[in-house]
Amino acid sequence: MSGPALLGRRAFTFAATATPFFSFAGAAEAATPKDTVVVGKAIDDIISLDPAEAFEFSGGEVVGNCYERLVVPNPANPSQIIGELAQKWEVSEDGLTFTFTMKPGVTFASGAPVTAEDAAFSLQRTIKLNKAPAFILNQFGANKDNVETVIRATGPNTLVFTIKEKVAPTFVLYCLSANCGSVVEKAVVMKNAKDGDFGNGWMKTGSAGSGPFTVRSWKASESVILDANPNSALKTKPKRVFYKHIVDPSAQQLQLQQGDIDIARDLLPDQLKAAQANANYKMSSAPHSYIMYLCMNQKDPNLAKPQVRQAIKWAIDYDGIQKNIVPTTYDVQQSFVPKGMMGAIADRPFKKDVAKAKALLAEAGLPNGFEMTIDHYNGQPHGDIVQAIQANLAEIGIKASLMAGEQRQVITRYRARQHQAAVLSWGIDYFDPNTNSETFCVNIDNADDARNKTLAWRNSWQDKDLSDRSIAAVKESDAKVREKMYADLQRDHHMRSPFALLFQATGWAVMRKNVAGFALAPLGLRTRYDQTAKA
Amino acid sequence: MATPRLKALAATAASVPITLFGLVLVTFLIGRVMPIDPVLAIVGDRAPADVVAQVRLELGLDEPLYVQFWIYLGKLAHGDLGRSVMTSHTVVDDIIRFFPATMELATAAIIIAALLGIPIGVLAAVKQGSRIDHVIRVITLAGHSLPIFVLALISLLVFYATLEIAPGPGRQNILFDDMVPTVTGLLTVDSLIAGEWEVFWDALAHLAQPAGVLAYFSMAYLARMTRAFMLDTLKGEFIITARAKGLSPARVIWKHAFGNIAVRLITILALAYAGLLEGAVITETVFSWPGLGQYLTISLLNADMNAVLGATLVVGVTYLAFNLLADLLYRLLDPRVR
Repeated sequence: MSGPALLGRRAFTFAATATPFFSFAGAAEAATPKDTVVVGKAIDDIISLDPAEAFEFSGGEVVGNCYERLVVPNPANPSQIIGELAQKWEVSEDGLTFTFTMKPGVTFASGAPVTAEDAAFSLQRTIKLNKAPAFILNQFGANKDNVETVIRATGPNTLVFTIKEKVAPTFVLYCLSANCGSVVEKAVVMKNAKDGDFGNGWMKTGSAGSGPFTVRSWKASESVILDANPNSALKTKPKRVFYKHIVDPSAQQLQLQQGDIDIARDLLPDQLKAAQANANYKMSSAPHSYIMYLCMNQKDPNLAKPQVRQAIKWAIDYDGIQKNIVPTTYDVQQSFVPKGMMGAIADRPFKKDVAKAKALLAEAGLPNGFEMTIDHYNGQPHGDIVQAIQANLAEIGIKASLMAGEQRQVITRYRARQHQAAVLSWGIDYFDPNTNSETFCVNIDNADDARNKTLAWRNSWQDKDLSDRSIAAVKESDAKVREKMYADLQRDHHMRSPFALLFQATGWAVMRKNVAGFALAPLGLRTRYDQTAKA
Repeated sequence: MATPRLKALAATAASVPITLFGLVLVTFLIGRVMPIDPVLAIVGDRAPADVVAQVRLELGLDEPLYVQFWIYLGKLAHGDLGRSVMTSHTVVDDIIRFFPATMELATAAIIIAALLGIPIGVLAAVKQGSRIDHVIRVITLAGHSLPIFVLALISLLVFYATLEIAPGPGRQNILFDDMVPTVTGLLTVDSLIAGEWEVFWDALAHLAQPAGVLAYFSMAYLARMTRAFMLDTLKGEFIITARAKGLSPARVIWKHAFGNIAVRLITILALAYAGLLEGAVITETVFSWPGLGQYLTISLLNADMNAVLGATLVVGVTYLAFNLLADLLYRLLDPRVR
């Protein structure tokens, strides 16, 4: 009794909405309480609200509203790191020891003071639990056996973090600013611990932080409710934030129009366009960290030819696809460091040039093209974009068959290196260029059972020079030099890699005109609601 | 006389565990052979190799398939359906939360569908070929052929967005969230138990639209079936005899004709209800209704196999139970099979 479930969401939405319906907006008064911000969003990606485990987009946003970290990127200028719970920090001359001094007077939601012991416990807990995000911290040499030595509180206000080998200090600090570096209240967490789980079972649906909000409840596929933390120094404006799980963008649009939600987070390009033209709504947008790319498996003899890789990059109509398919939600991005992050470059070396692409194919000994498959997610906009790329490739004689699949199915094949080519997306894990540089460049062990399955490995691509330079860049202490290293790395990556970087996503939120003080944070940094108010 | 009936019932009852075993086996195998790595659902794409290996071990995926199935059956026998990756709760807890939402929606829908569908089906048959019959046939054809998402969205646009006489998607107004303690999981019933009339009316108002949409779909089916059964029955000689005896038209239609199709209608009604209890994914999605259909779909898309197996089992048990019930009622009410 599920009706035609196979009809795509886009077709569904397009058929039934709604662009003109914004003209009715304003007829209904806001139905939500003034001190509650109601957010319409698909939140079924949440699998945990424990900062040591949450690694998905919605879960990360909730964690960002409930916890604070030692350091964070400055929201106004993300390339600068500022202290949040740490008042100051020092790096030893050998670059291996980081000493943090805690800010005085900061309290958890319980009213207890935030101490260095809490901070040390939180980082140790992330390592010991060893959930998905733990690698962000254990890449500095910490493991469950040594973590109490390398991360320790040496006084009520002093935390010492010792790393195994020297790397850029900014790299360490940016990693500590990730969600898994959130500081939790040791006493509360351990009170709720069960069978040595460090409170993970309880923290999945609860909170014990010092952020502007506390978790009141999480009902999977229904809602997340956050209550203001009365002990937060941030003077939180709303008393409550209510995330309402609304999968369908049309339903989000209608509820925004009727005042049943204050902010819609998942509207589609057509709906965004209509909302932009309507004075009843305000918009907030920010570049997302997701980069869409086409990759070519080097196990395929045709795709292993450098000229073929370049031909494909010259065949794609980047601007046409962006303009016609994803005008508001993606921008052309041809380098692996997303714009807005340290090391990003604005270069756009490729544009559609059929003659050049054909010449490159001829040079590769394939003047008549060849056949290949492209794996891709079956959702939008991937489907439409891949079809456009298929048409572009056909113009130079490459006959591409499309292999659509559910996201995890595509990734399973990708991780097993069973694809020929694929169009996929990648988002950053932490706010440092190494997160993308490592995955797009480094492949030390190309064996099928290699431990580190970077994107370079998944495409069986080894370029020792780029790999070494990426590893060297993460060790460079001088920020200016490091920035240049990433810029050079990306320019060479354009020319040598089997990746055609395509687009960078843009996040959008549409809010009713009475909502103030809300803005999306760029690149997956914290989007917070503490200063959001309704007139 | 009773022995053959008992034998037949026993045979039907005996088929239930075999069917359920088959259902679990097939679902389990599909879950294990589908081209998605279940570890990905838990640790994500970025997890390092040691985390992936650790979780693979915890899930028992290193064991042969038959051992994995045996372990699953052992846990199932103790009522342990495992833990859902997507919700972090046990699958049993999830089903306790999601299934009542579906049950509330399905029950309301089938009541509306039966109360409207059966009488108009009878009316269409009695007035065969008339304008009323044509109108009813168009209405039921539309209900049967229009995609349910179109109905759902039209309903929202008309009653919620334009006329503003119905609440929006969701089970209740956010103001009432967690206001009544969960007893049955049916919000309308729980609010009555708690004596919270305001919550009850709000829950009822939220239920009306999705139930109405689902009911339209089921009503169309029931009306068409009722009409067909009645047309067939009204041609019977016993109807001519009843009319010749001078019985009133109402008595002929409702007692003699309808009485004859009632048994077949019960079977159809039971199966339609069971179908609704499977969860109506699209309706649940459009109306943000946290029901079993949505749970099953999300779990499937995320390769959350414990949840998929648990929810499939519930759907299977429900279907079998209603099949059995329909069978029982058929045997009880139809004198020809006594």
